[in-house]
Amino acid sequence: MNNESRTRLIKKGAIWGFILFELVFFSVAGSYLSLSESAFMDLDNMLLLLKQSAPIGIIALGMTIIMINGNIDLSVGATYALAAIVMLDSMTWPVFAGFGDWVIPVSWILALMTGVALGAVNGLIVWKTGVDAFIVTLGAMLGYRGLVFMYNGEEPTSHLNWTLVDFAEAQFLGLHTATWFLLAVVGGLWFLMNRTVHGRNAYAIGDNREAAVNAGIRVGPHMMINFMLIGFLAALSAVVFYSESGSVNPNDGELFELWAITAVVLGGTKLTGGAGSIVSTLGGVIAIQLLRKGLGYIGAGTETVNLVIGLILIAVLFLDRQLNIKAKGELKV
Amino acid sequence: MAGGFSRSNIGGLLAKQGILIAFVIFMIGFTIANERFLAPENVMGVVRSSAILGVMALGVTFVVISGNLDLSVGSMMSFSTIVVLDLHDKIGPALAIPAMFAMTLCLGAFIGFLVGYLKLNSLIVTLGMLSAIHGLTLTYSGGKNMDIADKDGTWFAVFGQSSALGIPVPILIFGLLAAVLGMVLAKTPFGRKVYAVGGNGVAATFSGIRRARVVFTCYLLSAFCVATAGLIQASRSLGSQNTVGQGLELEVLAAVILGGASLLGGSGTIFKTIVGVLILGFIQNGLLLVGLQFYAQYVVTWVIIILAVWLDIAAKRGRLLSPIA
Repeated sequence: MNNESRTRLIKKGAIWGFILFELVFFSVAGSYLSLSESAFMDLDNMLLLLKQSAPIGIIALGMTIIMINGNIDLSVGATYALAAIVMLDSMTWPVFAGFGDWVIPVSWILALMTGVALGAVNGLIVWKTGVDAFIVTLGAMLGYRGLVFMYNGEEPTSHLNWTLVDFAEAQFLGLHTATWFLLAVVGGLWFLMNRTVHGRNAYAIGDNREAAVNAGIRVGPHMMINFMLIGFLAALSAVVFYSESGSVNPNDGELFELWAITAVVLGGTKLTGGAGSIVSTLGGVIAIQLLRKGLGYIGAGTETVNLVIGLILIAVLFLDRQLNIKAKGELKV
Repeated sequence: MAGGFSRSNIGGLLAKQGILIAFVIFMIGFTIANERFLAPENVMGVVRSSAILGVMALGVTFVVISGNLDLSVGSMMSFSTIVVLDLHDKIGPALAIPAMFAMTLCLGAFIGFLVGYLKLNSLIVTLGMLSAIHGLTLTYSGGKNMDIADKDGTWFAVFGQSSALGIPVPILIFGLLAAVLGMVLAKTPFGRKVYAVGGNGVAATFSGIRRARVVFTCYLLSAFCVATAGLIQASRSLGSQNTVGQGLELEVLAAVILGGASLLGGSGTIFKTIVGVLILGFIQNGLLLVGLQFYAQYVVTWVIIILAVWLDIAAKRGRLLSPIA
């Protein structure tokens, strides 16, 4: 095994090693401090952890594709909130009064279409104007949040549908509904990125846009599809979460973009595009959720979570760079 | 294919000064719609409420011109505000203010070290610091709101609430800082180095400019501006939540971009940033005066930011639509 592939293996395995470290650390620290009766690695606790990872996780998986493509999307949090409002509000529209429980799939479809439409707007602007995705989605983050507030002011939008709540709280083979959605998205996106032309082109565009253009890849449509995809996933995340909670505040989803990007970077996806993996992002999402739960478990309080995650993000960036320098240096010799 | 835009014709002028022209049209429109819009007290009110955002935008302008980003200014501003309010009652305002500045500058130095000397990606570093500083603030305050005990008996309110020569102090601070930093950026060797580093980092390094030191200093300047903004904010309200600056980083960035600074670095001026800040402020105010919902400004800001950057790019490449297939 040469050095380069070893470095790659270290980087791929790093996130899972980190998760293992967290599990051991919090279990040992927890039992040493004996703050809690139950063990940290309790099965129910872990299943719940997966369920709680779902909302950010689904968005982070979409962000992985966007970042592999060499773009970024800061508007996902606002898209998430707007899709949630559309879903909950549409269930009360008089048009659908006679639908009974059939209103559920209708409202889901409306919410998902909202997400796709918002993503398409971003994608179209990035494609046609050539303005950097960072600026386009930064603007959209303000604009879409404005739409959220214009929809229902500062009031929360609420509607509880018990059939829906039962569905969202159900467990199938031990896993919660939200977890199944998360896993389905992982499977679907893994297939998309590793087994389809679109996925291969997305990597190629992120790696070297000019080369991709010269190779005859139509860069614009691919980017637009990816933005529609992340819009869809942000809406799906909202559908999964708000089916259970039934009430959305206009501020919901704020800072989601930051959490999602953190998870993606922890998973080893490059900011500059061209490299990254769907499964590693899942690792990043789980690592963050473990950290949140673990710090609470050893009694560190929620305020330290932000501090620790911020510093870990910077440390990962530093380590990643050191590894890259090392790999490059050895290649030269 | 170069039709439409060239520097000599009207299209070129429109693209180059598009923001200023759009701003003037906006102002005329709002004035026709509501005669109170240009009344002195309204103008003063807008500038005054833009001062905090403006002070932060001055520092971020340096960072952006040097080719980096600073997403941590919002949570750093919360930190300064909370710290100065807490220390006010513990060691008195005269000591609390320098202590707060020192602590905020330490944070800026840390970021400057990571981005400048360790050459880490500024987007991720400041994203991490956004989260980390928020955590730091919550740990410091224990999650509680911070209030000054004796709100009537302190001279601390002078920075946010009083006026001198008929002008509110926040505007004076903003104006003074803008003048000084504008001079630094336009007239000093350091200012030229900032442009050089952001314009072409490799070329700058080869011509003997120490990139790391310049970037480090930009983040220090940004932290200084944030501390000043925190001081105004604390003094204005004399009490604060832990999240007072949340989301400001993006509004600040929006103002800087609106002013025409390129995110790739190397371009932008203090004057343009001030125009960007004022556009945001006046649009917000104007939309309210013509009776639109407060939140409509977000949607308008979105459209304006994208149009502004689009026009800028279109002028440079000589065609409206991107050539990407």
